[in-house]
Amino acid sequence: MTKIQTQYNRRSFLKVSAAAGGGMLIGFSWLTGCISSEAEPKELAIPKEWFEINGYIKIGDTGMVTIYSPNPEIGQNIRTSMPMIVAEELDVNWENVVVEQAPLNTGFYQNQFAGGSLSIRLSWNALRMAGATARRMLLEAAAKEWNLTISDLTVDKGVIKEINGERSIGYGEIASKAVGIEVPKEVELKEIKDFKLISTSVKNVDGKKIVTGKPLFGLDFQREGMQFAMIQHPPAFGMKIKDFNEEEIKSMPGVKDAFIIDTTIEKPGGFDERGFQELIAIVGDSTWQLMKAKKAIKANWEVVSELENSEMHMSRMEKALESGKFKEERKDGDVDSAFKKAAKVIERTYSAPFIAHNTMEPMNFFANVTENSAELIGPTQMPNALEGSVAQLLNMPIENITVNMTRMGGGFGRRLYQHFGLEAAAISKKVGGPIKLVYTREDDMSQGTYRPTYISRYKAGLDENNNLIAFSVKGTGLPESAVFPNRFPAGAVDNYSAGSYAEETNITTGAWRAPRSNFTAGAEQAFLDEVAELAGKDPIDFRLELFDRAINNPVGDKYEYEAERYAGVLKLVKEKSNWGETKPGVHRGVAAYFCHSTYVAEVIDMVMEDNKPKIKNVWCAVDCGILVNPDAAENIIQGGVIDGIGHAMYSQLTFTDGAPNEMNFDRYQLIRHSQAPEKIEVFFVKNEIAPTGLGEPGLPPAIGALANALYGVTGQRYYNQPFTTYKPLIG
Amino acid sequence: MPTYNLNVNKKNHTVEAEEDMPLLWVLRDLLDLVGTKFGCGIGQCGACTIHLDGSASRSCLIPISSVGDAKITTIEGLSEDNSHPVQKAWKEVDVPQCGYCQAGQIMTASAFLEKNPSPTEEEVRAAMHGNICRCSAYNRIEKAVNLAATMES
Ligand code: FES
Ligand code: FES
Repeated sequence: MTKIQTQYNRRSFLKVSAAAGGGMLIGFSWLTGCISSEAEPKELAIPKEWFEINGYIKIGDTGMVTIYSPNPEIGQNIRTSMPMIVAEELDVNWENVVVEQAPLNTGFYQNQFAGGSLSIRLSWNALRMAGATARRMLLEAAAKEWNLTISDLTVDKGVIKEINGERSIGYGEIASKAVGIEVPKEVELKEIKDFKLISTSVKNVDGKKIVTGKPLFGLDFQREGMQFAMIQHPPAFGMKIKDFNEEEIKSMPGVKDAFIIDTTIEKPGGFDERGFQELIAIVGDSTWQLMKAKKAIKANWEVVSELENSEMHMSRMEKALESGKFKEERKDGDVDSAFKKAAKVIERTYSAPFIAHNTMEPMNFFANVTENSAELIGPTQMPNALEGSVAQLLNMPIENITVNMTRMGGGFGRRLYQHFGLEAAAISKKVGGPIKLVYTREDDMSQGTYRPTYISRYKAGLDENNNLIAFSVKGTGLPESAVFPNRFPAGAVDNYSAGSYAEETNITTGAWRAPRSNFTAGAEQAFLDEVAELAGKDPIDFRLELFDRAINNPVGDKYEYEAERYAGVLKLVKEKSNWGETKPGVHRGVAAYFCHSTYVAEVIDMVMEDNKPKIKNVWCAVDCGILVNPDAAENIIQGGVIDGIGHAMYSQLTFTDGAPNEMNFDRYQLIRHSQAPEKIEVFFVKNEIAPTGLGEPGLPPAIGALANALYGVTGQRYYNQPFTTYKPLIG
Repeated sequence: MPTYNLNVNKKNHTVEAEEDMPLLWVLRDLLDLVGTKFGCGIGQCGACTIHLDGSASRSCLIPISSVGDAKITTIEGLSEDNSHPVQKAWKEVDVPQCGYCQAGQIMTASAFLEKNPSPTEEEVRAAMHGNICRCSAYNRIEKAVNLAATMES
C-alpha cells in the first residue's frame, strides 16, 4: 500500500467543516436543493443528522454519504469523477452517495478551478487522501467502540466488520463517533489494482436533473426579490462610452434603472477585463423588457484607439513573419547550413482566425452586494480569481465575499475570465439589492476574450535518403505566437529551431480550449504529413521513425513529451484503424499530439458525398494514465474531436472598423449534427500512471487529421482555417 | 399590459405580459419554468425548443400573443416521472456533457419520434440538424434517439 502524508491538520478540517456544512451551504437553499439526483439513495432514508468527517465528506445517520465536489463543472464531468475518487478510498457504496458542489474555500480546497485539463490531475492525491482519511477515522471509531485495533477490522461498501467475530457496523451508525477521532498524520491508499469504482463507468450524477429540466445552471438561478440586469458594451474594440439616452431608457416599461458602471480595478490579473470596462447597465423586472430597452439605447461612443479590421490583422501578421523580429526560443545544431545541404526543402505557412468560445449558456451572474458583504453565485471556472477581483472592485476584505458555483453550460476557457461577475457586483452595489446579470448571445459574441489569431511558418529539409535533417518553425499572432519550442519534433531532429514574435491588437483574447495547441497541432501535423509525402514515406511510419530517434538518441535536453507514450498512441491508433487497409473512395488522415499531459492520436476516414467532404469514421487512441470514468472519458474525447473539426472547418470572427461581423449563430457557423463524423471510436492505453486531463487533448490532433484527410479527398492541401472558405496560398 | 391564458404542461396559467414577449421568456421569467433554455434568441440553436400542440417549436420566436389556446409542453412536462422513452434513452446513453442544450435536443427528438417512430439514421441526423450542441455530444444524441425509437415501438 502507498502511504501518504495527510498534510492537513485537525484545524484545517474543522475550518472547512464550518464553511461547507455551516451557514454557507445550509442557508443556501437553492444550491442545497441542487444536489445530485442520479445517486438518489435507492434504499436509504434521508438522514436526520449529518456528521462532517472532513471538508469532502459528510455521513448521515442512515449511511447516506454526501461528497463535496470541489471544482467547477463545465461539462468535463468532474462533478461525477471527483467524488468517485473520494468514494473509492472511502470504500462506500456509490448508490448511497449524493454529490454537492462545494463552495469556494481557498483555506481548504486547492486548485478550485477548471482550466488546463488540470482538475483531476492536480486533485488526484487530495481526493484519494480525503476518502482514505475518513475511512481510517471511521475504522478507528469502530475499533475504539469494540475495544479492538483497526487491524482487526475490514470494510466493504460502507460496512465495518470484525475479522474474527460477528459484529458489524455501518458508516452511518459510527459516523457520530468518527467526528471526534483525531485526523491521522498518515494514511494508506489503495493499490491501483484494488480499485473497485475507479475505471468503471458511472453515469453523470446530474443526469436526471438534466433530462427533466431542473434548475442547475447560473441562468436558472433565482432569488426572491432579485431584479434582472443587462449590459451594453461599446460596439467596437477601440471605442468607449461617452453618454447615452439614460432618461428615455429609464422611462421604458419594466426598466427600474439605467446607468454607466466602471469595473476598472487597480491591479488587474491575467483573467480580468482589459477591453470594455465601462458599460451601460439596465436593471428591471424581466429579461424581455431589458432586451427591448437595450435595443432603444442611443449612445455616443468615443474612439480611443485604432478601429481594426481583418485585412489589417492578416497583413500585420504576414509582415511580422517576413521581418527579422523573431525571438529564437530553441536552437539545436546548425539549421541554416543543414537547409543548404538538404536535397529537398519544403516551406509552408498556416493560419487560423479569431474565434469565440460561444458557450451554449451565455454569460450571467448573480450578485448581492450590501455595505459589508458580497454574495456571488454563477458560472465561473475560476472562483478565487473572481473573489479577489470583486474584493478590489468593492474595496472589501476577501472574507466578506462568498462565491458559489453553479453547473455551467459550457466553459472552454471563457469563464476563466471574471468580467461578468464583476459587472454583476458593480450593478448590485449601485442598485443596493440582489440582481442577476444576463448577457444576450450578441453581447457574448461581441465582447472579446477570443481565441487569438495565429500564423506559423514551417520549413523542413530532407537529405538524399529522405531523412529529416532540418526543421524550423516561426510563428506570430495577435497578441501571441502559438509556437511551443520544446514540443515534438524538437528532440527528434539534429538541426532544429523555433522562434516567436507577438504582434499587437486591441481585440481582447483569452484561453480557448487547448490554448495555442488548438492551432499548432493542426499546422504541425498537416506539415509533417506533407514532409512525409515528400520523403515518400507512410505518414505514421515517418512519425514513428522520428519518435525512435527521440527515444534512442534525443537531441538537446529539454522536451515536453515522453517519446514512448507518444509513439504508443500512434501505434495503437494504427492497429485499431487498420491503417494501411484501403477502401475505394475512402481517404484517411492521421495526426498525433501531446498537450495538457495527455497523448492523443487520431485517424479520420473521409469520403466525397454530393461533392462535399464527409467524415465517416474517427479512431482515437488516448494515453491519460489511469482512466477514472471510461464512458464519460469517451464522451469528452468525442466532443473534443468534433469541436476541433467544427471550428477548423466552419468558424471564424471577422472585423470591420473594430466591430465583429459575426454576433450570433446566423452568421457565426458552429458545427451541426449532420456535419459531425458518423462514428468516433475511442481507445485508451492501459497503465498505472496517475491520471491526466481529458477536457482539451482530444481537440488539437483532430484538426491535423482533418486537414490530412481533406487532402486525400480533394487533392488540395488546406493551410488556412476555416477550411470551408479556404483560398490556396501562393507558393 | 394584456393578460393571456396559457395551457402549459396540462395546467392553465394566467399571465400578464407585453404582447411581443417570446414564449421563452414567459416560461422562464414569469412561470419559473427554467428548463427551456436561452441560447441565441433568433431561432438558430434550438436550445429553447418546446412542443406547441405536439410540434417542436422555437419558443424564442413565438410571441405570447400568437399562442392562443395551443397546448404548450416543456421539458418539465414531457413526462410525469422522467419515464418518456427519450428521457430514458438519454439517461441510458448518458448523453450530456455540460447538459445545457439537452432539453432542446430532447424536445426536438421526442416530437420527431412521435411523427416518425422508426426513422433511419439519415432521418435522425436531418431532424436534429437545428439543435446545436456546443459540447458536440452529437454521436451520443444520435445513439439516444435511435435507442428511444426502439423503446417506443
Ligand atoms: S434560443 Fe431559440 S433557437 Fe436559440
Ligand atoms: S451538452 Fe453542452 S451544449 Fe450540448
